[in-house]
Formats: sequence, structure tokens, C-alpha cells
Amino acid sequence: MVRKEMIAMLLAGGEGKRLGVLTKDLAKPAVYFGGKYRIIDFTLSNCVHSGLDTVGVLTQYQPLELNRYLGIGTPWGLDRRDGGMTILPPYMQKAGGVWYKGTANAIYQNIPYIERYEPDYVLVISGDHIYKMDYELMLQQHKERNAAVTIAGIEVDWKEASRFGLMHIDEDYNITGFEEKPKIPTSNLASMGVYIFNWDVLKSYLIADEKNPMSTNDFGKDVIPAMMNDNLKLNCYIFDGYWKDVGTIDSLWEANMDLLEDQPSLDLGDPQWRIYSVNPNQPAQFIEAGASVTSSLVSEGCFIEGDVKRSVLFYGVSVGEQSTITESVIMPKVTIGKHVQIYRAIIGDGAVIEDYAVIGSPDSVEVTVIPVGEHIKARENLMGVE
Amino acid sequence: MNKQKIMGVINLIHETDELDKLTQGRCTATVPFGSRYRLIDFTLSNMVNSGISEVGIFVHRRYRSLMDHIGSGKSWDLQHRQSGLFVLPPITDDVQELSRGDLFHFYQNRDYFLRSAPEYVLITRSHMVCNIDYRKVLKYHIEKQADISVICFRSDEPVLGKARKVRMDDDGRVTEIQDSYGRMVSDYSNMEMYLMKKELLMDLVETSLAKGQDHLVRHAILSKLNELKVYGYVHEGFLAVVNTINSYYGNSMKLLQPEVWRSLFYEPAPIYTKVKDGPPARYTNDADVSRSIIANGCLIEGKVHNSILFRGVHVHKGAVVEDSIIMQNGVILPNSSVTCSIFDKDVILEENRVVKGVKSGPYLAGKRRVI
Repeated sequence: MVRKEMIAMLLAGGEGKRLGVLTKDLAKPAVYFGGKYRIIDFTLSNCVHSGLDTVGVLTQYQPLELNRYLGIGTPWGLDRRDGGMTILPPYMQKAGGVWYKGTANAIYQNIPYIERYEPDYVLVISGDHIYKMDYELMLQQHKERNAAVTIAGIEVDWKEASRFGLMHIDEDYNITGFEEKPKIPTSNLASMGVYIFNWDVLKSYLIADEKNPMSTNDFGKDVIPAMMNDNLKLNCYIFDGYWKDVGTIDSLWEANMDLLEDQPSLDLGDPQWRIYSVNPNQPAQFIEAGASVTSSLVSEGCFIEGDVKRSVLFYGVSVGEQSTITESVIMPKVTIGKHVQIYRAIIGDGAVIEDYAVIGSPDSVEVTVIPVGEHIKARENLMGVE
Repeated sequence: MNKQKIMGVINLIHETDELDKLTQGRCTATVPFGSRYRLIDFTLSNMVNSGISEVGIFVHRRYRSLMDHIGSGKSWDLQHRQSGLFVLPPITDDVQELSRGDLFHFYQNRDYFLRSAPEYVLITRSHMVCNIDYRKVLKYHIEKQADISVICFRSDEPVLGKARKVRMDDDGRVTEIQDSYGRMVSDYSNMEMYLMKKELLMDLVETSLAKGQDHLVRHAILSKLNELKVYGYVHEGFLAVVNTINSYYGNSMKLLQPEVWRSLFYEPAPIYTKVKDGPPARYTNDADVSRSIIANGCLIEGKVHNSILFRGVHVHKGAVVEDSIIMQNGVILPNSSVTCSIFDKDVILEENRVVKGVKSGPYLAGKRRVI
């Protein structure tokens, strides 16, 4: 086996409860985003662009669709002879099989996988976030500062800070404390859930953590605090760029809308940092005479006869005559009839919206969600119903 | 269950090429078409969709772009152990030999045919753009107990582009085939797709060459219409013959009819092409797009009407694109207008310029031109 300096462990088992009907049969990392991607495409593309060619993807909840999507990693260039992508579900052992009890336990159960590559460093990331980040720069800093652990942090808006796990740092960027979603934040430096560990350090803590019956086997709650206690050098890598946790319906909707700004803060078109995804094999989109498409992202295979404003349309969506779609996210292969009105909604993939149906309302504040494959008839006037 | 019955050969030797600057640096097979495809994608996808997974491409001239496009055949699912994509360049010591007929090429590659398991061989060209299930052709071929089946297209009006004419009797047996410039009048055009047993092909190759004949269709098939049972299979659906600039333009514009778009790209099966990983097309607040086909990766800030934009085209604010085809990464800068034009890849139209062709003679800008 070829030795690897750093390998990535991607936590993709999240259930994504707060995404409601969108994750009913789907793991959160497989949720659609940005007109053609799934959330996990961003972290996988980050890995590849950062020069990481060995990625273990830890799956647990509803893995069928996710496994099918990931395959052997070909779309991301991770179908390698040495390393590449390996899907790591919980497995049976002599002592019986167990689910991954927590994020730390998931890594613990896969120590044999990691050991095969004899890495110096292990990058632990999750497949729940939208961002473009060069992990190699983070590793450089990790080495330069001689840290045992480096945690990526981003400065968030003070108003929103209480939604995140926050970090306190000193002038040398050493982490001095954590706060998990405090009511009154005293820091605005949020942890991005991106960690680089020295493997020997992490391994010993994972083994100790597993032996501790009081532990919840979670990185944030158990392992990191234990390392803090022992006065290990925990350093912070400050990330300056777009980062979004798309864990809720609102944030998923917002992150999609962010792409529609004149100069979007997340550039999907950078030829040096392409976001790879599975190709849906669709012809180019057809915009009919009489249609109007403004401030929107539209993907391949769409057939548009209506009016599309400030919306994100995934591939294979058809929009009939006289229909208007405003501030909405329409997932793949949705069929929208004629004279339909959709405001501020997320329409799950494969849904059929019949002629004259109305979804949401022009003045609604809430985002309406139509579940995957749902059939909406005209009289059902859905306004802000989840 | 999926045992291979047919092997495919895409014959690019001496393809009719009156595509002017579009084939200056590439072969006909890799001329971009339909907003995100190359001509060869259609016949290649048709083969794959029909269960043909052994495909040989007889390349001839300027095939660098083809090698780049095809790669390992992954995009067409042809990179498997059980399948194979072979690019077969001319085996020649002498450049002069390139001008000899395609039968030499078949002869030189007879090992390729003999080593393959399938019983039948389907020979196609790249410039006949259609969506077709070749399994139906095989069924017809067996029903008619034909020696050769040739795929034809029926149309009351003359087809755009250059295609041979076919005449057949009531039973479908082909009685005459003439070159496009021939005087014969017929509703049937020859789609240059021939299905026959591999054994027959090998026989035709050897006997024709022995007689000093060196062209597959002109010599080996046309001269034997009396001896061999040649049947015409009529393709239902859309056909674009793309080998002249006018047929390129005219057929591209036909894609702007929704029924043609659906029929060519979805029925009976999808068309595959090389994956580019571009983001979805982005329309700004000023975008004004109607009756157009737009590929992913485009950024549209201006007006686009009755046009086809390939991947990564940028139409700036105040710019107007009408009745035109703009290939990959074209840039139309502010306040310029393009009408009835074909822009090859990477063409830049500077600010405040007006470029105008006419429908019967579109303006053609070669690759990487700055206007």
C-alpha cells in the first residue's frame, strides 16, 4: 500500500432531521443544491482540488441513494488504484455489529481503514456544508504551527452567531474555549466542522474515548474537550470565503438564493475549482418563445415556456405556459403545468404540479416545501405549509 | 442476455466535408452541434443505446480533436472489460495512401473484424444526425432475409446537405442508389448506415479489392444491387445531414422546434457526450431570452433570440444575439449584435460591433477569432 501523508474521513451519515420531507428517504449529504449538485459534491471536489486522493465516506442513515450516487467515485476522479473513495458503512464484527454511535465512534470503528495508509494527518470533514476550501493550505498552517489539532473557523455575523458552535482564540490563534450554540454569544468565530489531526494523537484519544462509558463518542462534545483538558495545542485556521451550513429548509433555500446575486460570493464557474457531480445526461435547455427567465440558474434538460424569476431550476424541469415561478428552488425532473404560480418554495424532485395550482403566496415569509414525487392538484392551495 | 450481435464501425474516411472553417482544425465527426454535442456523439450514442458495445472508429484526417473528445469512451460507457472502443488510424507508410478508398482501410483492419465475436457489422458515418434504435434495423434485416440493409430517410422536400438518393420497390428492396448530384428523383435519402453479416463484409472487401475497386459503397455495394438483396429500412424521426455550411445552419435552426428537440434528444434514448462539469446557465436581471437553446455554463446578461448557445458562452449587457449559433466559450461584449451567424469556439465580438449574415448565407467566424 502506498503511504499517504493525509487522508480524509468524510462524515456523511447525517440524518438531516431539520430538512423534513427532503430527507425522508435521503441522507442529508445527498440533498440537491445549486441547480445540478448534491451537497456532498462540494466537500468531495474540495478534497480532490486540495490534492487529497484518499477519502473514506462514512455512511449510515438512508445510504441507498447516496451509495448509488457516489459509486466508485468516478465523477470526482476518485476511482484510483491506490486510495480513492471508499464507502465505509457500519459493519458486523465478531463481537456483533453496532451503528456508529457518534462522530468519534465512526472514525474509531474505521481505524483499520486509516492504518492501511499510514497517514501522518487525518482530515475530518462532514458532507453537510457548502464551501470551497483548499485543505492543503490548512495542512500547511497545521505543520507550521506545530499543532496537534487544527480546526477551521469562520467569522459569522454576530446576529447569527448563536446558531453555531463558537470558538475563542488567543493572539496566536490557539483555541482557548468552546461554546455550543450559546444564547448570548461572546465570540463570532464559528467552527466549520473541518478538523486536521495528527493521526497518532487522534488514534490514542479515540481509543481512550471508546473506553470511557460516560462518553457520547462525539468530536465536539467529547474528544476535542478531552484534548483541551490535556493542554494539547489546538490551533484555529481562519477561513475567509463562502461557507454555509444548509441544515435547515430556510438555510437551504437561502444558500440557493445566494447563487443568484449579480456577483455571487460562491463562484460555481471557476475553471480551476470545478464542482464535480454525476452527469445527468440531458440536452441543453430550451427556452421557448414567450418565456422569460431572469436572475435565475437553469440547468440542462429544462424546457421553459413560462416566467422564471430569481429561482434555481435543476435539470429536466419543464415549466408550462403562463406559469410563474418566483424565488423558488425546483429540484430535478419536476413537471410544472400551465398557469401555475409558485412563490418561495422548494419543490422536491420528480414532483408534478398540475395546471392552475398555486404554491406559496407572493407575501409569504415561510418557505413552502413540496415533498419528493408529490402530485399537486389545482385546488390544493399550499401556503407556507411544510 | 446481452450477448453482442452487432459490432459498430464509424467510418470517417472520405466523409463529405464542405463545412469550411468549421473543419479547418478538426474532422467532420467532431464539429460541435446542438448546443453541447459533437456530430459523432449521435451515432456513437445510438450504437450504445442499441446494445452495441464494440465500436471501431476508422479515423482519417485531423483526428486529434476526436481523440480528445472520445478519450477512453467513458462518457458512452464503452470503457468496460466486456466492451471496447477502438480508434483505428490509417496504417500507411505513405501520405499518398490516404487518398485511396476506404476498402483498403477495411482490409488493413480485417484482423479487428475477425477477432470480434458479433455476427453482424453496422457501418455508419458521423454526419447523419439522428436518434435511432439499431436493434429494430436488425429485426427488419432478419425478417427480410436481406444481405445488406441500408437505413433511409423519407422526406417530400429535398433534405439539407448532401446525401445519396435511394429508390426501392414496394417490398423495400433497393433498386438504385445515386450520388447526391445524380438526376434521379426520390423521396428517400441514404443515411449511409449499412448493416450486414461480418462474413459478407469481409468477402466484399476482398473480392472488390481484387478487382481493383477500392470504395465500399460506390464499388462494393452500388455495383451489386442486382446480385445482393439490399433492403431499405426507413427511419422514422428527425434526420439532419450535416456536411455543408447551409445544412449545418439550417438543421441547427430546426432544433428550435420543440418537437424536433424532444425527438432528437430523448426518443428513443438519450444522447451522450463528453462531460464538462460546468455550472448551470446563469441569467441576470437583464436577460431577455426566447426561443433558444442554452447550454450549461452560459452567462446571459443580454438578449438572445432564436439562437443556439454552446457551453460557457457569455452574452454581455446590451448585446443581442439573433438567429445565430455561438459555440463554446464565445463572448459577445456589451452593445454588440450578432445576426444570422455561426461563431466557432472561443470567438470574441468586441464592444459596439455589428455582425450580420443572411439566413441563406450565414456569416461564419473561425475558431478564436476576435472581431
